[in-house]
Amino acid sequence: MPTPPIELVRQIKSRFGDLISEPIEFRGEVTITLKDYARVAEVCAFAKEQLGCDYLIDITSVDHYGDDPRWTVVYEISSLAHGCQFRLKTDIPEEISELPTVTHVWRTADWHEREIYDMMGIRFAGHPDLRRILMWEGYPYHPLRKDFPLAGRPTDLPEVAFTRPAPLEGGPFVTTPGQPNATEREPRARETGRES
Amino acid sequence: MSTPQEIHFRDPASRLPGQPAMAQGSVLDALGEIEGETMVLNMGPSHPATHGVLRIVLELDGERISKATPEVGYLHRGDEKIAENMTYTQFIPYTDRLDYLSPLANNVAYVLAVEKLMGIDGQLPPRCQYIRVICCELARISSHLLGIGCFAMDVGAMTVFLHTFTEREKIYDLCEKLTGARFTTSYTRIGGLARDLPPGWVEQCRKFLGEVVVNIDETEKLLTRNRIFIDRTKDVGVIPREMAIDYGLSGPNLRGSGVDRDLRKTRPYLIYPELDFEVALGSVGDCYDRYLVRMEEMRQSVRIIHQCLDRLPEGPINVPDGKTVLPPKHKVLTSMEELIHQFMLVTQGVNVPPGEIYFGADNPKGELGFYIYSRGGGTPYRLKIRSPSFVNLSVLSRLLPGHLVADITAILGSLDFVMGECDR
Repeated sequence: MPTPPIELVRQIKSRFGDLISEPIEFRGEVTITLKDYARVAEVCAFAKEQLGCDYLIDITSVDHYGDDPRWTVVYEISSLAHGCQFRLKTDIPEEISELPTVTHVWRTADWHEREIYDMMGIRFAGHPDLRRILMWEGYPYHPLRKDFPLAGRPTDLPEVAFTRPAPLEGGPFVTTPGQPNATEREPRARETGRES
Repeated sequence: MSTPQEIHFRDPASRLPGQPAMAQGSVLDALGEIEGETMVLNMGPSHPATHGVLRIVLELDGERISKATPEVGYLHRGDEKIAENMTYTQFIPYTDRLDYLSPLANNVAYVLAVEKLMGIDGQLPPRCQYIRVICCELARISSHLLGIGCFAMDVGAMTVFLHTFTEREKIYDLCEKLTGARFTTSYTRIGGLARDLPPGWVEQCRKFLGEVVVNIDETEKLLTRNRIFIDRTKDVGVIPREMAIDYGLSGPNLRGSGVDRDLRKTRPYLIYPELDFEVALGSVGDCYDRYLVRMEEMRQSVRIIHQCLDRLPEGPINVPDGKTVLPPKHKVLTSMEELIHQFMLVTQGVNVPPGEIYFGADNPKGELGFYIYSRGGGTPYRLKIRSPSFVNLSVLSRLLPGHLVADITAILGSLDFVMGECDR
């Protein structure tokens, strides 16, 4: 028999008190907000170890561009034993843009946090390998921010090996166009040294 | 002409200090330098076993993998950014391109998420729900047929691939008849479906179900007790239960490790609670278990579709609300109210209340989830796609070390991922 998620949320609230907001229910889902983003790892560890929330479904982020605090990071936490899930949110101001990682609580947070860093530019303190994941290393922007245009911004690719097109004319394996027959078109027909 | 350069081969014997190599106890110490020496091998992004554009940077110690770093993102198209700039309905075709091997299931998952946000998921007419379940399960059979076929081909059994693809073709015929397209179906609409089942479709579907069962049996005969297949997959790529949960795996990869989590049962949606089916579970969590789980899931899907076709009710396929679903054309041309509805729906999209929801559907690859944060109106403020392939692939860096290079194809095949969904 699944436990209603509100039970778990009440236990978190009784442990952390005023740090946790009153739970909001919408469309059958329970959402709580953590007031101090610096303690998110602590709350998550408590949820996992004491309440059996062993399965992290997803972490995502929202950009409230123009509002303060700008970022919201959203954790979808569930428990296989209790058969329920709830949502933990926390707000981070733009000047900080950093919160503790939860990779030591759930390993699956690794790639989710890398994606948030890549797409939104929110850093995770203590993450073992905080690199870009979808965009390439050295890309200068964070494309899911609201101030990034949909059409993108022009960037160059400094790490790509071939930035100029390879020369075609006169290359050793290039057929000569306009020749009447296949024998003369073939690159092997051109003997080295006789071309000039 | 440049002069050919001489290549200097290192003489392996010169590394050993004097004495004959095999006899001494100190050989290991002397060879320690060689054993510790690793080689970096780049696999992909364009490699047949990576099923798309996955790149894995392997660090090899001899033929054994000591470190694996998966690199994703080669197929990143910015779907989440695109979604923020269009109406909810306009995003449906983009969901086809997530897991492009089961577009129908993606369509259903996405509209269910939007309907949950709008609070109309309880008002869906029964016929719509039945057809959606049929779509989901057809997509599951299609995806698993391809998954198993490619898996078998990766470990050397070419016949299975051709065999399952023949059967998949029939699903595409059904899709084409139903939606007008083979791959990019875009079949669902918010609050309903694009069109009802065409005449003769149910009979064609029943005929297909009869044939696919035979095909599954034949595939089973080709693989399940095949000595080579078992050698390549048994006890290879073992994901223990705790590791599967810790890495957030979902779908057949999680159930292959023996974790009983099927969203159709644990967090049911549509009419799944009314249907009679079982959840296939593995025990060890190796590649062979994941294969067995997929085989059983196909049989269960056949069961589900049979039940749906038997009970398929008559009636409307859309919610009776002109502000959600496009009104019929003849009414648009003759009636003022419907004309306004049509105009508002096309120009502004459905009116979604402010709020946030997460909806996860059990897709063939795993839990496809949509987190939608809405500030009201016709476009999502933020739409996050929780793609199962992305999460499933994150286990690779933990799973691959210790295996042989040749095991990679078996492991990748058994994880059954799609890069279109992983990179979004």
